Amino acid sequence: MTEKLVIIGNGMAPGRMLEHLLEKAPGRYEVTIFNAEPRVNYDRIMLSPVLSGEKDYEQIIIHGDGWYIKHGITLYKGHRIVAIDRDAKTVTSDHGVTESYDRLVIATGSVPFILPVPGNNLPGVITYRDLDDVQAMLLAAQSREKAVVIGGGLLGLEAAAGLAGRGMDVTVLHVMPTLMDRQLDPAAGYLLQKELEGRGIKVVCKANTKAIVGKGRVEGIELEDGRVIPATLVVMAVGIRPSVGLAKEAGLAVNRGIVVDHGMQTSDGSIWALGECAEVGGMVYGLVAPLYEMARVAAAHLAGDPSAAFVHSDTPTKLKVTGIELFSLGDFADGDDREEIVLRDASAGVYKRLVLKDNRIIGTVLYGETADGAWFNDLKKKATDISEMRETLIFGQAYQGGGPLDPMAAVVALPDDAEICGCNGVCKGRIVSAITEKGLTSLDDVRAHTKASASCGSCTGLVEQLMTLTLGDAYNPAAVQPICGCTDLGHDDVRRLIKAKKLKTIPAVMQELEWKTSCGCAKCRPALNYYLVCDWPDEYADDYQSRFINERVHANIQKDGTYSVVPRMWGGVTNASELRAIADVVDKFEIPLVKVTGGQRIDLLGIEKEDLPAVWADLGKAGFISGQAYAKGLRTVKTCVGSDWCRFGTQDSTGLGIRIEKFMWGSWTPAKLKMAVSGCPRNCAEATCKDIGVVCVDSGFEIHFAGAAGLDIKGTEVLGLVRTEDEALEHIVALTQMYREQARYLERIYKWAKRVGLDEIRRQIMGDADRRKAYFDRFVFSQKFAQVDPWSERVSGKDKHEFRPMATIGYGQAAE
Amino acid sequence: MDTNWIAIGNIADIPLRGARCVKTPQGRIAVFRTAENEAFAIEDHCPHKGGPLSQGIVHAKAVTCPLHNWVISLETGKALGADEGAVKTIPLRNEDGALFIALESLMMAAE
Repeated sequence: MTEKLVIIGNGMAPGRMLEHLLEKAPGRYEVTIFNAEPRVNYDRIMLSPVLSGEKDYEQIIIHGDGWYIKHGITLYKGHRIVAIDRDAKTVTSDHGVTESYDRLVIATGSVPFILPVPGNNLPGVITYRDLDDVQAMLLAAQSREKAVVIGGGLLGLEAAAGLAGRGMDVTVLHVMPTLMDRQLDPAAGYLLQKELEGRGIKVVCKANTKAIVGKGRVEGIELEDGRVIPATLVVMAVGIRPSVGLAKEAGLAVNRGIVVDHGMQTSDGSIWALGECAEVGGMVYGLVAPLYEMARVAAAHLAGDPSAAFVHSDTPTKLKVTGIELFSLGDFADGDDREEIVLRDASAGVYKRLVLKDNRIIGTVLYGETADGAWFNDLKKKATDISEMRETLIFGQAYQGGGPLDPMAAVVALPDDAEICGCNGVCKGRIVSAITEKGLTSLDDVRAHTKASASCGSCTGLVEQLMTLTLGDAYNPAAVQPICGCTDLGHDDVRRLIKAKKLKTIPAVMQELEWKTSCGCAKCRPALNYYLVCDWPDEYADDYQSRFINERVHANIQKDGTYSVVPRMWGGVTNASELRAIADVVDKFEIPLVKVTGGQRIDLLGIEKEDLPAVWADLGKAGFISGQAYAKGLRTVKTCVGSDWCRFGTQDSTGLGIRIEKFMWGSWTPAKLKMAVSGCPRNCAEATCKDIGVVCVDSGFEIHFAGAAGLDIKGTEVLGLVRTEDEALEHIVALTQMYREQARYLERIYKWAKRVGLDEIRRQIMGDADRRKAYFDRFVFSQKFAQVDPWSERVSGKDKHEFRPMATIGYGQAAE
Repeated sequence: MDTNWIAIGNIADIPLRGARCVKTPQGRIAVFRTAENEAFAIEDHCPHKGGPLSQGIVHAKAVTCPLHNWVISLETGKALGADEGAVKTIPLRNEDGALFIALESLMMAAE
């Protein structure tokens, strides 16, 4: 008969424990989980990348809903257990659910420590612990106002960097003289402070908080020395405390944490505890590696193996802030019985310190360059006598045993039991054997099978080197297609980094993302230019030299070097005076071909480049603006005549088409964007093969998207039905903005939609009104800068050089 | 024999990473200005299908033709990468920004 296993808490430790347990003893337990947070198990150590924008929530989920269903696990989301009845062997949640257990696992984690100062409960004071906190910070960051982070430790600094990256003016208050004093020595702490200050984060050390002040909500922080630092957001990151209240009330042995033996068992033989709430061997833990070790041990005991025992080991610390390399391990306090080796390179911002005792490494601090951290960790763990290599030890592994070696040498030289992934305790041998035995070929495979590089990701480089080493040429690390030969990064990474690092010029992108060419190429430059235009509409200065000729001169180049010109005809509607003006222009400039386009407007072909401004001037006088028939941007909105004329029309499709076009013209998009509005399902405007289309019906407007009628032919997908014209516009604009922000340059909407998933798009645009409104607002903001008619600008003299030869020579001279 | 250098304007008349053209009776010449502020002159005629190279995107010392994306070296006039072909390079002198080009056939015409 299956036993009932109940787990209180759904963090990373119990999640990992379940994985082990399902592997070792599948079907042995009927599992029920109570999670106080209203969500599934996600990777808590990746909250900082979520805060900084390098990842989003979906990317840090460890076990999605499907996982629980697949394994028959009952998960109560948003249920906090309020009582354990050890006699009856039941637990009861705050929503009144009572569940009985044969075995119980307590994994209640920890709670942030709140400074006992006045004002610590004011609105605007938050902690940094879970996704709700991150969301609160992201919300606050939208104001771009002042934030204070109390606590200059790991969490505090990650919060500070994230908030600064989101545009807030951030001050870090730290009570000790240097930052991260528990992990870094003062020298490295100084370098770190300098780096953060260089990023605009203010750091105040030896800062004692006296009170948090404000009327009704937080307005600032008062320090013991009388200084007041204004703030609209205060993040408290001064430490954590094991969450033991529930265990205490149940009468379990509790000290700092819930006391467990080396098998993770509490003072009650049916109850285990693990994670940050557990105290084992007199220690409580907060880093993920020992918590995962607890998970392994607890799973073994629950599976019936009583021999597994938790053993303490030092865990290296890394800071998850992009661009800051920092590694700390073990004991690095000064002492009479200790020696040290220090390497400093001021200009490169590198500091390395090894603390030795009896010729063995007992502590390591690396700043600026941390590649040898794994090697030093290995030497320390094994207590290797380093006297032989003492002279060169600090230079790292590549310098041991002779001349300079290739970059792979360090990995080749690592022994099989060297730890590669600190978070998950995965050694080199396990990764290599998984690759060969299971035939793994991608990083994701290795992550799935070994967990290596699946948590904080800082060992990804090492894992990739191991894959190259094991698979040789068969491993192609660039499974992500780079944008072009100038970079190894793919479009998605570049887009994410442009936002996360606030890169606002093409040279800044190329410098910060280590472009391999001095000024890019015809592939990457237009892509970067678009990403910057899209992401920083008010700040980025459009680089015309990085635009394809058509977008640079606002006409379409033809095979003979002449150009074609297409004026905008709103919704495909025109009139006699417009047609007369076009006819006059055709006569005046002897335009060889006039052609009606598929997008319901008129194309004038064969115009000499020098004539373009004059042609535009005449068209402009008749009220025409550029039709942007050349743009990776909004092209046409095709319409049928709709309810004004058609006996079948259900809505004013012409009017809606014109309204959409007038609202959206001028916007740049990743690839061209063609739209149509049909007045009834007979669909005369052919809306169901467009990038975005509307089919009017009696009850409202059916919004379609992701159609194609070019290289590929594809009918549209339905986004959803809305009732009013206003709603239709809002949904279409929001969809366009989502596409603008996420797609890769030159990726049409149907390809983007296929990649991100139709359901996800529907969820964000149809199902999430706040998000839809935010997309809409961002589009409207960017239109302030985009809706300038490029033709009239050029008629007024902009970019004159484009349309005139630099010189005309030979004719005059030759005649003389 | 003295080369006949013909003034065509100042380098500042050309945008950085850009180009302009010079009209001559023998056809158009494309004059380029690179990011490093160097100037080059070549025929404005892609060896592939005759595309106007002066309209392409300029990167390092090369230009990508706007018609079919051939990449042409500004220094040698040769197609880079897998493509084969070349355009004529035109001698160009840069005296503190004042640009001059030399045209053999023009000199012939002038005689």
